[in-house]
Amino acid sequence: MGGTLTVARRELASYFATPVAYVFIVIFLVMSGTLTFTLGGFFARGTADLQPFFSFVPWLFLFLVPAITMRLWAEERRLGTIELLLTLPIAQWQAVLGKFLAAWAFCAIALALTFPLVITVNILGDPDNGVIAAGYLGCLMVAGAYLAVGAAISALTKNQVIAFVLAVAVCFLFAATGSPVVTEFLSRNTPALAEIARGLSLTDRLAAFSRGVISLRDVVFFASFIGVWLFANAVAVDLRKAD
Amino acid sequence: MTAAHIEIDRLTKRFGAFTAVDNISFTVRAGEVLGFLGPNGAGKSTTMKMLAGFVTPTAGTARIMGEDVVERPVAAKRHLGFLPEGAPTYPEMTVQGFLAFTARARGYRGTEAADRVHDAMRATSLEEVRLQPIETLSKGFKRRVGLAQSLLHDPPVLVLDEPTDGLDPNQKHEVRNLIARMAPSKAMIISTHILEEVGAVCTRAIVIARGRVVADATPAELSSRGRDLDAVFRDLTREAA
Repeated sequence: MGGTLTVARRELASYFATPVAYVFIVIFLVMSGTLTFTLGGFFARGTADLQPFFSFVPWLFLFLVPAITMRLWAEERRLGTIELLLTLPIAQWQAVLGKFLAAWAFCAIALALTFPLVITVNILGDPDNGVIAAGYLGCLMVAGAYLAVGAAISALTKNQVIAFVLAVAVCFLFAATGSPVVTEFLSRNTPALAEIARGLSLTDRLAAFSRGVISLRDVVFFASFIGVWLFANAVAVDLRKAD
Repeated sequence: MTAAHIEIDRLTKRFGAFTAVDNISFTVRAGEVLGFLGPNGAGKSTTMKMLAGFVTPTAGTARIMGEDVVERPVAAKRHLGFLPEGAPTYPEMTVQGFLAFTARARGYRGTEAADRVHDAMRATSLEEVRLQPIETLSKGFKRRVGLAQSLLHDPPVLVLDEPTDGLDPNQKHEVRNLIARMAPSKAMIISTHILEEVGAVCTRAIVIARGRVVADATPAELSSRGRDLDAVFRDLTREAA
């Protein structure tokens, strides 16, 4: 475990040593706030909850999370530091997990900084803070899922632009499979696929969280989704590290 | 007689149809400084990367202090100090921060970690720049940061890929002195293009060409085979090509 945390610590510190962290956090806060109050109709709805906020977060993360993950391995390969990292006495899976945890912790920090929204609804009304907490947990799960996808793709290429575009595309696939457009189309043509598509959808799962429902099924789904992609990440690192 | 610190055992690496390293075997004992010579693309770096556990061999293996780098990579890496080609470091980190990271990764904590970092910086004369981000340093300093990282844990085995590349004559001299000071207790492999360096610091030289060992002798023996070491090197590597 020591190796994992050492890698995670270094990685997290490196976000804040460059403007990446600040740009990410500022853009995330501005966009999530703006969308919640404008398109989300925060005031007009007349309900004291964060439903509009939770509905926008996965779409913001869709673009912002790949921006974090694109450099995760691609940068190490470009700088050659991957050779240093993987010849330290830590196991390869520790490096993979450490990097993922750092990126996840970073997303958690960004999410935590939206706390003024929580204060606002609590001043304006009497929201169910349990539901809000569940919603935040769901957002964190979605972030973890996108991060795992993006990190694995980053391990495949030296080029950060390719890593970004591919990660957005793959994350979009998992975000959009649950949308009515896709499921209706599929259930008209191939009903069997529609069920699978809905089952794989990240946004559907988040919707349950944001209603305050934390079901074991959903947690297990996110955990295995992240696990599978981290495994793919480790395989990709092993195959491509020396190219 | 104790086992050699480094054992390279029928090591082979193929990239598709191209054989980069072709069935190489040799051992290095404590006190030996092995100069690893060969033209570009001869397989020097690939051999070193396999020894460091970074590249997985196609066939054969290597052992560091008896630990197999394929079977027990983490155990083998504990005994190894490795300076990768080009001395890669994290540019945004400070010298001290970077060395503290490698110390932690090697399992040192608290004051012991701080002492290790301090000693490594002193050995490589990095104290004056310890709080500077590595990206702001000159090439010579960057190389020394890589070197400091490799000897921080006082490993019995040191593998240095072109440790003096890009250094000015004074810095080269310093690095050679450092190597000479550490030599008696360690097994070292140093790759270089600079043949005079071999005579200056190495007790033994291996020349490889096209992934095969074409000579294994002391530097003096090697240079006595021709007019000088340069001529011998050219002959050996041309024959193989």
